Amino acid sequence: MDMEAQRYVWDGAIPLQIHLHESDVATLPAPPPALILAPRIGYLPLLASHLKSHFSSALPPRLDTIWFEYKGLPLKWYIPTGVLFDLLCAEPERPWNLTVHFTGYPVNILIPCEGEDSVKWSFINSLKEAAYIINGNCKNVMNMSQPDQVELWRSVLNGNLEPYRRVSTKLKLGTVGDEYAAKLNLSGETDFSGQVKAGRVPVRLYVWSVSEDFEDLEDAPQIDSWDKVSYINRPVEIQGGEGGRCFTLHDAVKSLLPEYFLDKSLSNEESLTVGDEHEQRVSSEDASSDRKAEEEVENSSEHITSCYQHDDAEIKLVRIQGIQPKLEIPFSWVANNLMNPEHFLHICVYLKVPQANTMS
Amino acid sequence: MDALSWDGTLTSRDFLVSARAFAEKWKEFNSAFPPWTWVPCPPKQPPCHLPQLQQQQQQGYLSLEKTCLPGSSKKGHVASQEDVDEISLTEGEEELEPVDNATLVETNNSPQVCYYDFHIVYSDSYRVPVLYFHGYYIDGHPLALDEIEKDLPACSAKVLLESKWTFITQEEHPYLNRPWYKLHPCGTSEWMKLLFLGDDSLAKNGVAVEQYLVSWLSVVGQVVGIRIPFEMLNNPKSCN
Repeated sequence: MDMEAQRYVWDGAIPLQIHLHESDVATLPAPPPALILAPRIGYLPLLASHLKSHFSSALPPRLDTIWFEYKGLPLKWYIPTGVLFDLLCAEPERPWNLTVHFTGYPVNILIPCEGEDSVKWSFINSLKEAAYIINGNCKNVMNMSQPDQVELWRSVLNGNLEPYRRVSTKLKLGTVGDEYAAKLNLSGETDFSGQVKAGRVPVRLYVWSVSEDFEDLEDAPQIDSWDKVSYINRPVEIQGGEGGRCFTLHDAVKSLLPEYFLDKSLSNEESLTVGDEHEQRVSSEDASSDRKAEEEVENSSEHITSCYQHDDAEIKLVRIQGIQPKLEIPFSWVANNLMNPEHFLHICVYLKVPQANTMS
Repeated sequence: MDALSWDGTLTSRDFLVSARAFAEKWKEFNSAFPPWTWVPCPPKQPPCHLPQLQQQQQQGYLSLEKTCLPGSSKKGHVASQEDVDEISLTEGEEELEPVDNATLVETNNSPQVCYYDFHIVYSDSYRVPVLYFHGYYIDGHPLALDEIEKDLPACSAKVLLESKWTFITQEEHPYLNRPWYKLHPCGTSEWMKLLFLGDDSLAKNGVAVEQYLVSWLSVVGQVVGIRIPFEMLNNPKSCN
């Protein structure tokens, strides 16, 4: 695993400008918004104590659970902050303007949140799920000692990579690719053709599909309802490439969206869309840039010539940890280096789907 | 599937097969109950003219809605004749767990009947079925967990108390974008394996995918008070 990349991921943060919703303003004048640098790998409810103290003079006496909203859309608190930003801001907005509420929790849209404990257990349950996907059981996570569990959670809360590494190596969640290379050396468990053993990678895919095309991201329509986002919580099966071709990020995304992409065996032409306009864009304000690591991979990756068919779905954008990786990057690199602390790789995809054509 | 080397999980394709077989058996042996229906997802196919999705790629879940659990209405009060039939039927069956004498939390001092919806959804991560459920009053107002607890068999309520965060969790329904309760699936593959190993005929003849959901629900159903008639549990393969 590239230690540098993991450091960049953990250091990544989103500048937030948080406004108190007018219905929660009990004293005038309305308070100024709070400016916070929120960790990408963190969760919005964890900002509660900071926000309560910032807005304390203006808040009404009786408070409900905290919740956040972006342009009218209540934000799902169990999705990491960086993922919410990558998904909901087609054109990254800096600072990201959010509204905070302390009353009127939308119980029909958001699952309840009882503060830090809810976030912690959501994190641990996701970690368990990731362990199950990788190892076939959750034993290592379930058998974590109490002090280890506390240290793991604290390290995520505070963004401390060192203690996190100490505890998480005990969980033996391994790395994609390296693990299989190691297995090839140590045991005789390869099959006779010497194929790399397939493995499962925990992935959460957030797909926003639009039928109108747009050239610039700032022209992209706003996501105003979670019904417009398909959430796919399905592991990616890494297959050894045929003829030595490695399994790319593009392969991984396509494998999770079979209804949009023809199986290669069924089509003669490649239905890839790897446009030049999807150059990796890294904003200097976003500290999660992996530019150095990215360049290393770019130099060694193959360039795939592409043609896209007009009647296929088109991937407009793939965003992970705020960057747009080249789709032909080996997926194992992406999985090992860009995953979140609970060992899930969160991928945001903007998909343009074709209009239904009338065929004669 | 060889019972000895089987790990207790099933593929999403097997889940489809098992769901179909389960729904048919349920209709046959449990006809007084409403049937389980298959709800395909996504309900709206994406607008493209790719070849028709193969059966194997179809996703969805089994749904049983508007069910009254035994004990989920105040004793002596019924909302409809149908409810009477359901309740008296389950009371007559073999008691598998202690009788639940809990009564509903009342609002406005008038007894209310509660409905429950159950969905059986396949988990790609754990490769097992997962039970999602929620309860609500007739007017649609949802039940909170502590109210649902009162309708659960007594031993479930105790386990719930002890493992608040890992037994029944409230999460988003994978397809419906709304909060539902779910029974946490992380131990499922292990006890399914044990269940099948304990059955001699299965150990001999192999695990039948068709039987998976019946066996699964016979265990999981006990947590929420759904009972499987004894006849459904007989594996047809063993009756030669």
